[in-house]
Amino acid sequence: MSAPATVSPSAPAPAPPRSGERARKATELAFRVRELGIVLALGLLILVTGILEPRFVGAGSLRDLALNASIIAILAVGQTLVILTRNIDISVGSILGLTAFMAGSLLSNNPDLPIPLVMVLGMGLGGACGLLNGVLVTYGKVPALVVTLGTLYIFRGLAFLWTDGRQVNAETLPDRFLNLGTESLFGIPILVLFALVVVLVVGQYLRDMRSGRELYAIGSNPEAARLAGVRSDRRVNTAFLVSGALAGLGGVLFTARFGTVDATAGTGYELTVVAAAVVGGVAVFGGSGSVYGAALGALLLGSITSSLIVLKVDAFWQMAAIGGLLLLAIAIDRFVSLRLEAALRQRSSRRAG
Amino acid sequence: VPAETATTKSAGMAGVRALLGRWEVLVAALFLLTCVVGQNLSGEFLTADSFTTASLDLSEVALMALALALVVVAAEIDLSVASVLALSSAVMAELWNAGLPLELIMPICIAVGALCGAVNGFLVTRLGLPSLAVTIGTLALFRGLAYVVIGDESVTDFPIAWTDRAFGNFGGTAIPNTMILFAFLAIGFGVLLHATPFGRSVFAIGANEEAARFSGLRVKRIKMWLFVMSGAVAALAGVVISLRNSTAAANVGQGFELVAVAAVVLGGISIFGGKGSILGVVLALGLLGAIQKSLTLAEGISSYWVQIVIGTLLIGSVLGPNLVRRARETRGGSKPSRRGLWPSRRAATPNAPQH
Repeated sequence: MSAPATVSPSAPAPAPPRSGERARKATELAFRVRELGIVLALGLLILVTGILEPRFVGAGSLRDLALNASIIAILAVGQTLVILTRNIDISVGSILGLTAFMAGSLLSNNPDLPIPLVMVLGMGLGGACGLLNGVLVTYGKVPALVVTLGTLYIFRGLAFLWTDGRQVNAETLPDRFLNLGTESLFGIPILVLFALVVVLVVGQYLRDMRSGRELYAIGSNPEAARLAGVRSDRRVNTAFLVSGALAGLGGVLFTARFGTVDATAGTGYELTVVAAAVVGGVAVFGGSGSVYGAALGALLLGSITSSLIVLKVDAFWQMAAIGGLLLLAIAIDRFVSLRLEAALRQRSSRRAG
Repeated sequence: VPAETATTKSAGMAGVRALLGRWEVLVAALFLLTCVVGQNLSGEFLTADSFTTASLDLSEVALMALALALVVVAAEIDLSVASVLALSSAVMAELWNAGLPLELIMPICIAVGALCGAVNGFLVTRLGLPSLAVTIGTLALFRGLAYVVIGDESVTDFPIAWTDRAFGNFGGTAIPNTMILFAFLAIGFGVLLHATPFGRSVFAIGANEEAARFSGLRVKRIKMWLFVMSGAVAALAGVVISLRNSTAAANVGQGFELVAVAAVVLGGISIFGGKGSILGVVLALGLLGAIQKSLTLAEGISSYWVQIVIGTLLIGSVLGPNLVRRARETRGGSKPSRRGLWPSRRAATPNAPQH
């Protein structure tokens, strides 16, 4: 926004440049409002729950809230990159299961292994799984839904073969690893710090880096992006790789948090993760949304569950509430984008006229 | 699958080639191969008993895959089917507890399923929301409502006359009654998709929605019916699974939606719509059942391989033809191909329906 502020009072017959300005402002505002909307919903939820049950806004309770959402948030960040490119990755739950068990069995067999190394290995395995998805989508030209549905089964099957019915127990894991899931640094749980770092790094990447912007271009119009010289295949591969690597990191953190891990770890996470991204305003047709929204979506979904528990609402309402929220979110997005489209069309027609 | 134009070879050769190139033939061949391998892995494989149990296990997924196939041909998707199944089961349990007769409960359950489908259809056609996002939402919503209806209780005291009907075989044969039901529905959906104007409209919508609308098809109404049918059949599957296991609960059929999608894709129905056949889906279901049964029967092979084999087949079913096409294209000029979850509608090359 380089133009001088145009907050002029009651302008009669708006001139073309100003209406253009207004439309651009509307566009920017709409995107910011989308995230603000979730923050507002989140604030409202916490406020109402807090009034009805003051214990809910205690430090410990809010800490749990953030703690529970952080693994889903990390996965939702990766998912956002993939969805931005008009693809989807529903294999993340299986990748999480695979790496969670890997981390557990590595550390219970070699308790002296440095934890950063375990994380790198987890992200490496997850990244390899993600890259396989990416290559099948880009070079194999197989639709992402089919590829990742297939690898959802394959990775989960491999996890079952590997574990062969065994499970890793918390007692066999070194304490310094389990502390990751419970301890805090500067008053913030370590797990939450991980999520924050991931969200901020990827958020800045999407905002400022050329290759990050290109992900939006690919999702908005694949053909135009290709003609504009975007190396879409490479970018899409990167998106899948990052999604896999973050699922891998999520797997390692899952083991640190829960201690006990078997082959079923993370079953069904894919739907929660996609739901978090979509509630956070990431459009399933690609090209729009942000990782901040996705992370907030994860937090909101987690908070609803906790709030219903605290309010002693029948636990059975949780899932229905989440489904309803998801539908509401996409319906609002649709409404806003229609209004936005109308505003933009008005602008271009005025310009033409 | 393109039939190559026979310029040098005889028409007969071209016909044979076109037939061999058909997806259904390939799936049938894979099915036969699995049967041979399965029999070698375990002598029990090719027995009436193993057919009965294998097909019983797949009954509900098979029913749901039929209606889902039509939705996918129209380039939409319905991931809420397994949740509709659960809601139907929960409603059935609740009404049974309330003392209603099963003969009345079953149509009510199917109506509830149709209503669920109508909700999906409304959100997709009237509000213009993407079906993938909508049905992920209703996947949670309908399963959630199932829990709201019945909680974590279950009902197991259905009359034996009905549970026997769902669990039993047809008149002393090895064919389960559920498979007879499946056969009727398969024929019904096959005729509907391949031999009626409605079916041709579904193909047209899937191939190019805009063109379909401009040629006067009532796209929204047709899609609405597809979602309603999908919901109704999923609810029927819910009734079947409750009676077959003589247990109605909210947690039945978790993850069935993915198996049903796998069957549809494996059956050669393009996830981009406009292509495929009910016969392909039926054969794919047979293949899935055979793989599942042969690997569980085989001694010394972990049954965990089932998931790996099915996942590989699923990807291979799209990857294989793509690689063949690419090899052909590099031989004679190249053409940009499509990618992504859904192609951009305008860039989509219209695929002529094959039937």
